[in-house]
Amino acid sequence: MNKKEMISTDNLTFEYIRRDEEGNVEGITTAIDNVSLDVQKGQFIAILGHNGSGKSTLAKHFNALLFPTEGSVWVDGMNTEDDSHLWNIRQEAGMIFQNPDNQIIGQVVEEDVGFGPENMGVPTKEIWERVEESLKAVGMYEFRKKSPNHLSGGQKQRVSIAGVIAMHPKCIIMDEPTAMLDPNGRKDVIRAARALNDVEGITIILITHYMEEVVYADKVFVMDKGHVEMQGTPREIFSQVDKLQELRLGVPQVTLLAHELRKSGLAIPEGILTREELVDELKKIYR
Amino acid sequence: MLRDITLGQYYQTDSIIHKLDPRVKIVTTLMFIVSLFIVDNFIGYIIAALFLIMEIKLSKVPVKFIFKGMKSIFFLLMITMLFNLFLTPGEAIIQIWKLTITREGLILAIRMGIRLIFLITGSSIMTLTTTPNNLTDGLEKLMNPLKKVHVPVHEISMMMSIALRFIPILLEETDKIMKAQIARGADFESGSIMKRAKALVPLLVPLFISAFRRANDLAMAMEARCYRGGDGRTKMKPLIYQKRDYIAYAVVLLYIVLCIVIGRILL
Repeated sequence: MNKKEMISTDNLTFEYIRRDEEGNVEGITTAIDNVSLDVQKGQFIAILGHNGSGKSTLAKHFNALLFPTEGSVWVDGMNTEDDSHLWNIRQEAGMIFQNPDNQIIGQVVEEDVGFGPENMGVPTKEIWERVEESLKAVGMYEFRKKSPNHLSGGQKQRVSIAGVIAMHPKCIIMDEPTAMLDPNGRKDVIRAARALNDVEGITIILITHYMEEVVYADKVFVMDKGHVEMQGTPREIFSQVDKLQELRLGVPQVTLLAHELRKSGLAIPEGILTREELVDELKKIYR
Repeated sequence: MLRDITLGQYYQTDSIIHKLDPRVKIVTTLMFIVSLFIVDNFIGYIIAALFLIMEIKLSKVPVKFIFKGMKSIFFLLMITMLFNLFLTPGEAIIQIWKLTITREGLILAIRMGIRLIFLITGSSIMTLTTTPNNLTDGLEKLMNPLKKVHVPVHEISMMMSIALRFIPILLEETDKIMKAQIARGADFESGSIMKRAKALVPLLVPLFISAFRRANDLAMAMEARCYRGGDGRTKMKPLIYQKRDYIAYAVVLLYIVLCIVIGRILL
């Protein structure tokens, strides 16, 4: 079986088995339930879902940190359960985690960025080139000699991204990278992610519960209780405000406002994503 | 504030000692300590002193800074010297009440004092001129031969450098937990020593839990970045001996030979 997609899952099911102190099975929680999805190369994908919807567990499958209970996961044509591909998969699909402090290993920014290439056995000279180019790509080059402890959350998260880029991945999976950041740090991180997608053509999979970050995605998956409940372009997803609210997910404020205006009788289409769009629609009505 | 904590006591200057390979500095420090126990007469101590002065001059670290470290061992120094002074049997010089100072005691006390002071100064020059990171790297490289007898050298040095990286983070966390508990009425400051020690227990529990959680996260992040132990790993900043390192080794060798010849054989 050969797959052309960057990432694809086939009836993926994952169960956490809870055990008591003697090791007897106490109960089984199904975190992911029969999920099949495809991510094409070069796409910007967003995965939405409230806490416990299985989105982080799903992300860890893309990087071969967790393995399916049933079904299979393919990364660039490689089955994650095939041990001989393990390190290739982890190199091709980089991962950014939520807490910036817990994923920075180096005591100096440049050393941390060099950690991945060091593990891959890249020659010293090339490590330096890769470190320089990846720090420049996220706009952190002037901080290369600093200790990570002196950086803000958003800066630390950008260093983490540089650390992943230095491994030359084809795909970056970001597991709620902005959850612990302030609004400015959040903007910087998302901007860096979008630039990588636009300029370098790296596939981005962004897991988040901030709706505003989803607007730019090519495709959105909405997860609930381990299932993929909805999928489509942001516009398609946000046209279904009622369904999203059923899944306990908010929508961007502008979308919500447009939705409420439409409900109270104005001729505004569903799926307004930006303020400019809403202004244009309102102008049309009141001309 | 806690973020600015400097581990060890690294002092940044632009000196030749700072630029030396950490392996050279570790070996030199060990050799210097050994030399202090080789020499047995005062000419030997003068040579050691000259060697120390040369190191201090070359390192460009202010002398005041070096002797700051001496404060912490002042008590130890005093106790050692006093015990040697009063409790060595031999020819009595002065007798005050029941305490006798003997000739042998006096010499031994001075000798001990000099040895201790030199020992501390010599090793603080190493820690003052080498970053903890560099020291770990140097130790890893030096202990490399131990790999043959299955000592996990790479793992030990990785643990050391991760510990160094997380100490400030955990300190900050301790501070946070402490403040959270003070806000809810915990008292860390008053009462007897026992009472204060007991008050720290509820602080340690959440700290340990959080440390384990961090360890788990970090392990996953390292695996995600292809970490698989020391095999097949390249170095971003490999340690390579330069000309100056060989010169330093030569100087140290000369010093040791001089110590043996003058301190043991000639006199």
